[in-house]
Amino acid sequence: MTNTLDQIFVLLKHWIMGLFPVGLQPIVGIVLSVVAILAVFPGLFAFSVLMERKGLGRMQNRIGPNRVGPFGILQPVADGIKALIKEDVVPYNADHIVHFFAPIVLVVVVFMGYAVLPMGRNMTFVPMDAGLLFYFAMGASAELSVFMAGWSSRNKYSLLGAMRAVAQMISYEIPLLMTSVIIVMMTGSLSLDKIVEAQNHYTWGLPHWYVFTPMGFAAFVMFAIAATAETNRSPFDLPEGESEIVAGYFTEYSGFKFAEFFLGEYVAMLSISGLGATLFLGGWSAPLEALNFIPSWIWFFAKIMLAICGFIWLRGTFPRLRQDQLMNFAWKFVLPMTLIDLVVTGLWRFLGEGWLRWAVCSAILLAAYLITARMGMRSKKLGPRSYRYAE
Amino acid sequence: MLGEGLLKGLAETAKNFAGSFVSKERLITVQYPEERHPLPEASRNFPFLVYDGADWEAGLRCVACQICEKECPPKCIYIEKSKDKKPDYVGKMQIYPARFDIDISVCMSCQICVEVCPFEAIKMDTEFELATDDRFGGLLQDRKQLAKSNEYYHAIHPTEASEVDARLAEEKAKVEEKARAAAAAAAAKAAAPAAPAAPAATPSPAAPKEGEGSQPQ
Amino acid sequence: MIVFAILAALTVAGSLAAVLLRNTVHCALALTGAFIGLALLFLRLDAQFAGFAQILVYVGAVAILVVFAILLTRGSETPATGVFSRTWFAGLVVAAGVFAVLAWTVLHSAVALPHEFAAPQVSVAQIGNALMGRYVLPLEIVAVLLTAAMIGAVIVAMHEKPGKYEKKEAN
Repeated sequence: MTNTLDQIFVLLKHWIMGLFPVGLQPIVGIVLSVVAILAVFPGLFAFSVLMERKGLGRMQNRIGPNRVGPFGILQPVADGIKALIKEDVVPYNADHIVHFFAPIVLVVVVFMGYAVLPMGRNMTFVPMDAGLLFYFAMGASAELSVFMAGWSSRNKYSLLGAMRAVAQMISYEIPLLMTSVIIVMMTGSLSLDKIVEAQNHYTWGLPHWYVFTPMGFAAFVMFAIAATAETNRSPFDLPEGESEIVAGYFTEYSGFKFAEFFLGEYVAMLSISGLGATLFLGGWSAPLEALNFIPSWIWFFAKIMLAICGFIWLRGTFPRLRQDQLMNFAWKFVLPMTLIDLVVTGLWRFLGEGWLRWAVCSAILLAAYLITARMGMRSKKLGPRSYRYAE
Repeated sequence: MLGEGLLKGLAETAKNFAGSFVSKERLITVQYPEERHPLPEASRNFPFLVYDGADWEAGLRCVACQICEKECPPKCIYIEKSKDKKPDYVGKMQIYPARFDIDISVCMSCQICVEVCPFEAIKMDTEFELATDDRFGGLLQDRKQLAKSNEYYHAIHPTEASEVDARLAEEKAKVEEKARAAAAAAAAKAAAPAAPAAPAATPSPAAPKEGEGSQPQ
Repeated sequence: MIVFAILAALTVAGSLAAVLLRNTVHCALALTGAFIGLALLFLRLDAQFAGFAQILVYVGAVAILVVFAILLTRGSETPATGVFSRTWFAGLVVAAGVFAVLAWTVLHSAVALPHEFAAPQVSVAQIGNALMGRYVLPLEIVAVLLTAAMIGAVIVAMHEKPGKYEKKEAN
């Protein structure tokens, strides 16, 4: 029974595939998976938008949307209808073709990333040998669509937003890749299925997740920072800082194209949460051995939503960074820490089993953090700063 | 230490988040159409016409003197005088407004009409939900819409309304006093058949209670 | 075969557009299209690592770099005249020469190699082993070269000390 529930989507897919002639079955299988992804994640997008608006409201001692439907749960529907029936305005001077393709490229590329995420036991759409590489290839392509949107709009705010976005995404992609390399080093594989498999063991009922190792934890923190920056989320939301450059690269988008950007942003957030969960939080594996009876896909989606809550919490708390603070943080704190972490991971593998490697690796990482942070604070690059006119 | 402030901030928002579910004082939002703040007594936006008693048409204090119409800076008031007369609050026969329109799309809420009115007939209202989908007819209020009872006036501006009432009562008492004096004088005159011109010589404009129409302007 | 034809057409069209279009940003985007076509060709040959690395490096980094360079150097203004320079003929000759050499090499090496019909299954692990084992020296040399290039770029971009200019002006 537990097994059936765990595999219910796989079984359902195979049952539907069985209804078709043998020649058509592979195509039907692909279409089913694509449809499932295209149905589930926009749904989660709608839900997380609502959650974000309500959660942010609560953090600011407001109530949040509560007018449309009971407790405002139909708010995303209302927003969607509004976006659909709005006029699509394209600036007269815009580069129409590029302007048209930018949101499409973004949404396509963002959805491609889901192809390799293991969403449950046997629930990877394309179990790929180089899955992680594929994911990052798709993530890197998203930058191009951002640039296309900003440049084609012929609007200085759009262009500024695009330049900021691209600079930021390139800067934070390096730590993002490096932290993943740490996991790859520990697993010895680029395949996301194998990474989850490697974490799906238990000692005394506790899981072997990578976040519970010293360098895994450090990598997780760095990954979370880089992922927040990569998805242009607050406090790294300079590319769309409303108070500075209207809406950044999608200033000149309205109606459904705007909705596409919105969708792309949230779906990318969900997808990078999924990647983070896969790399550090054991993907679809249960947090306790005793909880293994709960279907694996529930764990995966629970972890994603937990990560989204984290994103919302960060957004509700931190003010936006300035461009130089952003760059200093990326190159002078996150990247050095990640590199040290990489070395520590190598050390971990060489030290062999036992408590010694725990102590050594934790000590090195802690010392590295203390030194980097102390130096950063002293150099006024990362620490609190004094303002000449604001104080 | 780097990151210390970040954790402090996160704790603060978490406290807010959890607190907003527990304590009602944290949620300061007033959910407007259902709940509303009581308006401060000094709030005012558009004028209305005060009437006494139960019947708005009979009790209207306005005597169509047209001072407000003339003083109104944006000229949003339109008054037509009546042909006949009706008794005012002291019982004197006065003309009344056959039409009294205020275009609230033009009105700038300056309150000059209230200040110039000698009859305490026009006052400032607190009603603000005046949005309408008919931007010409809907924003032009006629005298029926403008007429609000004195009790309503008391409800929205209690101190001011009681002051006005006291003033009016004083005036009425004065008038009645005078009338009584005049009646007494008339009686005295009637007793002594000489000196016929005494009632007309009283200087006050609202002197004779049963007088033949003094000029309101 | 049809897939190959489509991908080849995409790649060739992208490259041609990159050369022939007037707007430099359009050229860069067309070049990206060509890169993607190339990556898909790699994937068609079951070379996952090469294909994804192609997208990651060329689409994700090189294309962005090109675009950045265009935007930061005032090259994004569309030239009023055609894109052909006056010496286009010489360029054509050079390109044809390079193509001829490459084609000749490829054809001859194909003859020299034994005919393999089944593509060899190369996993990422094998590529990694080869890079870290047999080809470690070239890899390290490339790394040193890139590091040198990066240091050079940093030095070029580094702020001049404010004192320097003043001294020069004083002299």
